[in-house]
Amino acid sequence: MTTGTELESHFIATDLGPEAPEDRKVASKSPTQLALARFRKDKLSMVSFVIVVFYFLAALAAPFLVQAGVLNPFTTHDELLDANTLPLGGFGGISWDHPLGVEPGVGRDVLSRVWYGITFSLAISLSATLLAVIIGVVAGIVSGASGGWIDAIIGRIIDLTLAFPQTLMLLALSSVALAFITEVLGVPAGDPARALYVIVVLGLFGWTGVARIVRGQVLSLREREFVHAAQLLGASKMRLYFREILPNLWAPILVTFTLIMPAFVSAEAALAYLGVSIHPPTPTLGNILRDSLSYAQNDFVYFFSPAFLIAVIVVSFNLLGDGVRDALDPKGHQ
Amino acid sequence: MWAYIVRRCAVGLALLLALTLVTFALFFASPVDPARFACGKNCSEQQRDQARKALGYDKPVYEQWGNFVKGVVVGRDFPADPELRAAAPEVVTHCEAPCLGYSHLNARTVNELVKDAAPVSISLAVVALVMWLIGGVLFGILAAVTKGSFMDRGIVGLTLVAYAFPTFFIAVFFLKYLAVKWQVMPYPAYTSIEEGGIAAWMLNLLMPSFTLALVFMAGYVRMTRAFVLESMTEDYIRTARAKGLQGRKVLFKHGLRAALTPLVTMVGLDFAALLAGAIITESVFAYPGLGLLTVQASAAYDLPTIIGVVILAGSFVILANIIVDISYAFIDPRVRLG
Repeated sequence: MTTGTELESHFIATDLGPEAPEDRKVASKSPTQLALARFRKDKLSMVSFVIVVFYFLAALAAPFLVQAGVLNPFTTHDELLDANTLPLGGFGGISWDHPLGVEPGVGRDVLSRVWYGITFSLAISLSATLLAVIIGVVAGIVSGASGGWIDAIIGRIIDLTLAFPQTLMLLALSSVALAFITEVLGVPAGDPARALYVIVVLGLFGWTGVARIVRGQVLSLREREFVHAAQLLGASKMRLYFREILPNLWAPILVTFTLIMPAFVSAEAALAYLGVSIHPPTPTLGNILRDSLSYAQNDFVYFFSPAFLIAVIVVSFNLLGDGVRDALDPKGHQ
Repeated sequence: MWAYIVRRCAVGLALLLALTLVTFALFFASPVDPARFACGKNCSEQQRDQARKALGYDKPVYEQWGNFVKGVVVGRDFPADPELRAAAPEVVTHCEAPCLGYSHLNARTVNELVKDAAPVSISLAVVALVMWLIGGVLFGILAAVTKGSFMDRGIVGLTLVAYAFPTFFIAVFFLKYLAVKWQVMPYPAYTSIEEGGIAAWMLNLLMPSFTLALVFMAGYVRMTRAFVLESMTEDYIRTARAKGLQGRKVLFKHGLRAALTPLVTMVGLDFAALLAGAIITESVFAYPGLGLLTVQASAAYDLPTIIGVVILAGSFVILANIIVDISYAFIDPRVRLG
């Protein structure tokens, strides 16, 4: 990577320091600006970034488009299906009105369904990622900054969490937890309860990686002068953890965030296959793909569309995560 | 060294105990009455009480947990209630240590269920492991030595794409297209070595194992690539080059050796997790392994089976962690036994 010139200008700027004459404007770049510049130069990361933004815009727009009647994920079209309930016409019944064809069986518009499905898939995986990151950051900071027996206990909790077989727990706990969510917490049964379950369980099993990374960073941060200074000034633990240490952690947090998110998009699909996530007619990419499996041979467009959309967002998010990491940490990973 | 091994095992044992405790707490803290499921849909109040007693669900959770742990250590008899055992000695089932429980729905001990299903999951895991290790390490090295080229990008990109498609999509695609539509592969159905010999066993495992291997391949390619690239910048590599050693020898004798040690951890943990069953792959291919067993058990709310498999799976992971840590201390002299 050719970051040499940027780094030099940065060092020169700081070397000149206070003696620098006021009129000689030396453009000094902050580390953040340097990272942004590196990121912009990386074409692959920029493309992935654009795709990810595009997905989020599509996800945000979908509910409004459904309300406006542009997308129609629930209307059935029996008239477009043949006697075997397969779509009339080639390629899954692709037409001007239905650019990705119609669903075999009941004849709902496939484009509307996958588009609206992106909204629910991203909403679930984003919430679960946020939950995992929040738990992981808090656990990592507390563990790294306080050390001693608290650190040991959190370490053992991480070991224990990792020992549980994830997919199996997600599946096995669902009936128990759904009953708890609806009967004790009073969440409406059905999709809201199922969505909450998936978010909570993914979050509860997914925070360990974040906690380990954050803890490692905090171990070196807590020996820095500004932390000692804050301690000497009598800052409370809360202040120390979340006002002094936390702002220095945004880089590793951002990187783990972009790498957990695609894993949770895949996890939502896997859970939908096992029947744990939101059920149709509310679409998620996972449950559309699950429904399409029985038509895998006869309607390839319907079978391939949701899988392709999942694959694109997972690949883009992974590449984006790599790009962010490389941009923030120019030393490692050539 | 011995003190380290003993300490590591003690921690593992404590973790295992905590695992069983948390599992019990999770499954029994719910308002769902497990006995309701244990005896089926059309179950009278009396039958339900009987099922509850037979499974020991009438006892407090800590007592059930105590019985479970005792069963793992010394074995136990079912039904759990001594009065029921005394009333009908002919239905008493003995479950030998390590006893994982008794599935009321299947009328068999969980140990027997696991014993039937384990060979399938182990076969699948072993063949998949061989595939993704060979594929991952070879492609990883190839990508590292051709770093930045078209080949490098192709390998890393393709494996990432294969990882990004959901496993059940790839599995169904292979089944419906390779096996049914184009018929280039036989439709896989699990055949044990005793039934059909090694060749049939292997042939039937190819498709499901490859599906499973694709999930892990991308990660191993990237790891191997990164480790090889990192170790090739070390000083001793330059020394080896400077003294005139062939490029290939430098790579395989010096570079790879240091690069492969971190892979040991990954392999151990991934393999251990797979031993408890590949849930999605097994359900798509209808392979009667531990994964399919748990899918069926959770659909029927067969609590003893679920708990048994969860704890079995957890102990695999804990055991693998111990083995990895100890073997690391042997492989890498820099590891401090703190």
